[in-house]
Amino acid sequence: MIDAASPARTSLGDDADAHSIEIVPVRHYARWAAAVVSVAALAGLIGSLAKNGNLHWDIVGTYLFAGLIFDGLATTLWLTAAAMALGLCLGTLIAVMRLSTNPVLYGLATFFVWIFRGTPLLVQIIFWGYAAALYKYVMIGIPFTHITFFKAETNSLLTPAIAALLALGLNEAAYASEIVRAGIQSVDPGQAEAAHSLGMRPALTMRRIVLPQAMRVIIPPMGNETINMLKMTALVSIISAHDLMSNIQDVYAQNYQIIPMLVVASVWYLALVTLLSIPQAWLERRYGRGTARAGNASPLRRMLQGTALLAGRKNKEGTR
Amino acid sequence: MTAPMVLAEGVRKRFGRLEVLKGIDLTVERGQVCCLLGPSGSGKSTFLRCINHLEKVDGGKLTVDGELVGYRQQGSRLHELREREVAERRRDIGMVFQRFNLFPHMTALENVIEAPTKVAGVSRSEARDQARHLLQQVGLGDRAGHYPAQLSGGQQQRVAIARALAMKPKLMLFDEPTSALDPELVGDVLDVMRRLAADGMTMVVVTHEIGFAREVGDTAVFMDEGVVVEAGDPRQVLAEPEQERTRAFLSKVL
Repeated sequence: MIDAASPARTSLGDDADAHSIEIVPVRHYARWAAAVVSVAALAGLIGSLAKNGNLHWDIVGTYLFAGLIFDGLATTLWLTAAAMALGLCLGTLIAVMRLSTNPVLYGLATFFVWIFRGTPLLVQIIFWGYAAALYKYVMIGIPFTHITFFKAETNSLLTPAIAALLALGLNEAAYASEIVRAGIQSVDPGQAEAAHSLGMRPALTMRRIVLPQAMRVIIPPMGNETINMLKMTALVSIISAHDLMSNIQDVYAQNYQIIPMLVVASVWYLALVTLLSIPQAWLERRYGRGTARAGNASPLRRMLQGTALLAGRKNKEGTR
Repeated sequence: MTAPMVLAEGVRKRFGRLEVLKGIDLTVERGQVCCLLGPSGSGKSTFLRCINHLEKVDGGKLTVDGELVGYRQQGSRLHELREREVAERRRDIGMVFQRFNLFPHMTALENVIEAPTKVAGVSRSEARDQARHLLQQVGLGDRAGHYPAQLSGGQQQRVAIARALAMKPKLMLFDEPTSALDPELVGDVLDVMRRLAADGMTMVVVTHEIGFAREVGDTAVFMDEGVVVEAGDPRQVLAEPEQERTRAFLSKVL
């Protein structure tokens, strides 16, 4: 019979020395089984793809590093960077306008977000690509008079690349503004009060105190937006802006090797997205200054650590 | 004769339908320490925030060093000033908050030099020297490189005091500076305030520290439901209050 008053004594022998007891972590047998099944399934899939003659790996190899592909890649990259820069700058301005007590600024900002978030990006891209059909000339002057300061043909001004940049950048600004607004609102109002009490003006308070703190909330979703943007640039192939996707399409329109060319595109998009995750982690660490938070290990490190845990090894080395 | 440091005449303030200040009259002379006491919701913090225009006044007149803070007077009208102009006038009024409100993304030193370099136009090296000196004065000379999250509440509050002093204010406002602190950390902050008072700083302190008010205060003001119930010498007001409401409050606090 087990004595209910001293249950601890039952499992450990009376003579067990407490200092020499070893703790055994839970053994995850099911994880091992799942890992073996997954690896086998993946190996099967990769093997069947490798042996599939319709995939034409030779064509993938020929075009992976072709000059035409690199040209498209360059356009995709600068388009992504420029559209994100435009989106972030304009988005921040719109976010501040939306939080303003000035009803005119608030109204304009709300209208902007309503339009650019409310219509499909594809429609906006085509619109900017064919804006010349709406206005033959771009003119800056005084309305309802004949005074003009600037006049140019729309088609020469709105090249496919510029139209693509405008479409992606303005659309991004609408989304970025909401992210920035959430970031600003996440900062304790006491911070602005403290800054004001020191004689700091509203603009200085925003720039030095509120925005740097908002960045911590803003960066993760903006990283997401950047990755999204890189892939959304593929949409501008519809107005042939000579990005990666446009050039891929040009190639398979001639050689009909659609699938191999899509593999080339996917490899490059995947590689670029992987590279983009690095600056994001760096930025998160930089703007996390002053917050005592651990777990700043890189994704690769975390995965390796996970493997170690899976193997059931005791993880004695620290995470940092 | 120079104007008193703080002069309030019939100051009124309402939040929506709720009138939180129902005509406050108060004078704080230069070099004096005025302690505002009273139950929560009595309007004492709101009044303090009106002094540097963090809250807008709805009626009456409030001057600091003879100058209106958030307004410009033209005849019998008070015109509200723009934020930029208000910022200009707030430079001379230091404020310390209940929840410290240090800038978490800056070290203690960076917190202290922020306003002198960005607002007052002091050179960075000069501001650093001054900041180190101020941090030493509040007993944190060795914590200059720490971020607020690495400091205890009491240390954070002392950095906040140093930050406010860095603008060389002529008036310091304290909004329950020790209410968010663990009991054993209160003493260090009160010591710093005591020394500040001894150096002749004009201070308005909203506090629940009756001992501090009695010892350091030149005047004690007891507020309740948006009015000043009783004001005068702390030894008088806190020891033998004339009003029944003051007596009831003190009996609960002490």
